[in-house]
Amino acid sequence: MSTQPVPHPAAVPARPRSTDGTGGTGGAAKLPSMARLGIERTRVELKVFFRERDAVIFIFAYPIIMLAIFATVFGQNGATVGGDASGAGGIPFSQYFLPGMVATGIMLTTFQSLAVSISVERDEGALKRLRATPLPAVSYFAGKIMQTLIVSITQIALLLVVGALVFDIDLPTSSSAWLTFAWVFLLGTATGTVCGIGFSALPRTGKSASAVVTPVVLVLQFISGVFFVFTDLPTWMQRIAEVFPLKWMAQGMRSVFLPPEAAAWEASGSWQHPATAAVLCAWLILGLVVGVRTFRWRRRDDG
Amino acid sequence: MTSPSAPQPSPGPARPAPAISVTGLRKTYGSHAAVDGLDLHVETGEIFALLGPNGAGKTTTVEILEGFRVPDSGTVRVLGEDPASADRAWRSRIGVVMQDSRDTPELSVAELVHHVATYYPSPRDPDEVIDVVGLRAKAGTRARQLSGGQRRRLDVALGIVGNPELLFLDEPTTGFDPQARRSFWELVLSLREGGTTILLTTHYLDEAAHLADRAAVVQDGRVVALGAPDELGGVQARLPVVHWESGGQAHAERTSHPTALVARLAAEVPLVDGEVPGLRVERPSLEDVYLSLIGDTAARAAHAGDPGDHAVTTTSNTSTAAGTAASAPIARLETKP
Repeated sequence: MSTQPVPHPAAVPARPRSTDGTGGTGGAAKLPSMARLGIERTRVELKVFFRERDAVIFIFAYPIIMLAIFATVFGQNGATVGGDASGAGGIPFSQYFLPGMVATGIMLTTFQSLAVSISVERDEGALKRLRATPLPAVSYFAGKIMQTLIVSITQIALLLVVGALVFDIDLPTSSSAWLTFAWVFLLGTATGTVCGIGFSALPRTGKSASAVVTPVVLVLQFISGVFFVFTDLPTWMQRIAEVFPLKWMAQGMRSVFLPPEAAAWEASGSWQHPATAAVLCAWLILGLVVGVRTFRWRRRDDG
Repeated sequence: MTSPSAPQPSPGPARPAPAISVTGLRKTYGSHAAVDGLDLHVETGEIFALLGPNGAGKTTTVEILEGFRVPDSGTVRVLGEDPASADRAWRSRIGVVMQDSRDTPELSVAELVHHVATYYPSPRDPDEVIDVVGLRAKAGTRARQLSGGQRRRLDVALGIVGNPELLFLDEPTTGFDPQARRSFWELVLSLREGGTTILLTTHYLDEAAHLADRAAVVQDGRVVALGAPDELGGVQARLPVVHWESGGQAHAERTSHPTALVARLAAEVPLVDGEVPGLRVERPSLEDVYLSLIGDTAARAAHAGDPGDHAVTTTSNTSTAAGTAASAPIARLETKP
């Protein structure tokens, strides 16, 4: 009847179940721990991420290419930030833009790629499939968080190495600067991740996800001092940017990569670390609340 | 039509608790009752088919049973628990094969099956599962490169790798070629041999006839018929129909005594070359019974008449060829004029 190999009726080996047919849930075989499944999910998330070549190239190359373009354009004829007409006494544009690129890189890896990838997963039914398995939601999110953390660490490390070797940017040497880097990085990553998960509820389909998420990211980049000197922007634009986390991440990173006297160029004349922490934490909490309330395992048109 | 090894639901104290037990299920969307007082009992170890037209409430029902939706009212017990509040342990005992899956395209067959196996407390051997669904040759292929039928087999592999007691199969063979369907059916039957209870949703009546121990026809959110596929609709609906032509008109008559009718026709109808013109004796197939059931509930008010033993109806017969138990279901797609 069929030339294909037809499985023999007895060919499906069933292991003895923990329930021994009594209908109870039993306990002979324990459910895998959430931590172990979190690690399994991290492995799978990384595997999937690195197989989407265009996304990988974009995530890793974008901050470097942007740094190269803006540093070159603004730094023509030896111009510097805060220097005199000949550029003396200022900071090279490459160094000035590096912190902004670090901040924008974190936003790409966390907010943008999560908002898009979770929308796509929802649209393709991957989330619904996971919901029908005993995989705990905690392990799913742990996998996402670990993946974004590992990718953004790699991405920022790459950016800093290229910045130091190719653009001759002096990286900070003091431990206090790296301590600041660590908390701004971690808080920024956490906020971006949580907001990305929350934002993923917005696109109606996987296809529209990029179109919905990218403009938000682009606008924030332009008004948050990533591509321009923040204080060169109109005041009203600065006010708008101050509401969102990217401006604060960029400012926090400037406090790491620029010399202490550069604080005078900030709108407030200081690095505003407490305000940075407060705004990022506020978005972290907002993202958590919105995410928990709006997260859907199924498509919107699926009831 | 049921396979000889099918478990016969027999009343008695040794009978295990039903795998699925639903009473008075109701789910309303706006003013529309998608499920409207549905009762369903699926015995442990059987293949149970849920039939019905689109929009009859099948998917809503199945998704309530899977724990995706919460009913407005009614009692639902799946493997002894309420799916709406069931925990991970319960989820580890069910397997779900959904329609239209195209997710996780970048992982290979082997990677996906091995990964999903880690979710479960006592999974099947992932490599054996890949063999069983016939994807050994495709184990290293990424999901995006699989054909429709292969992707479906992967879905089944992911549904059974957790070693479920109860498997939900939602329109599993849509888009299959006949040969792929045949070998898929063998796979499903072998799962039952292994003790898995299966709730099958399908549009293919031949599929239900081939696989299911029992079937329920759902319409307007209620079960309108229930029974073994070859008993569905009751004795009346399964009476043979004798077709013949006389005076240029097609006639059909439903009768419990076809031989007597044929003898009477031989005596009464003007014969052509010694034969009754267009003579056929048909036993209604599951599809015929199904269509009459679906049509019935819609047009019951209009046709209040009792179709008695000799209620002759003259029709422009569009029903399909005799679907006796022995004939291959797929062959029934031919339609006689």
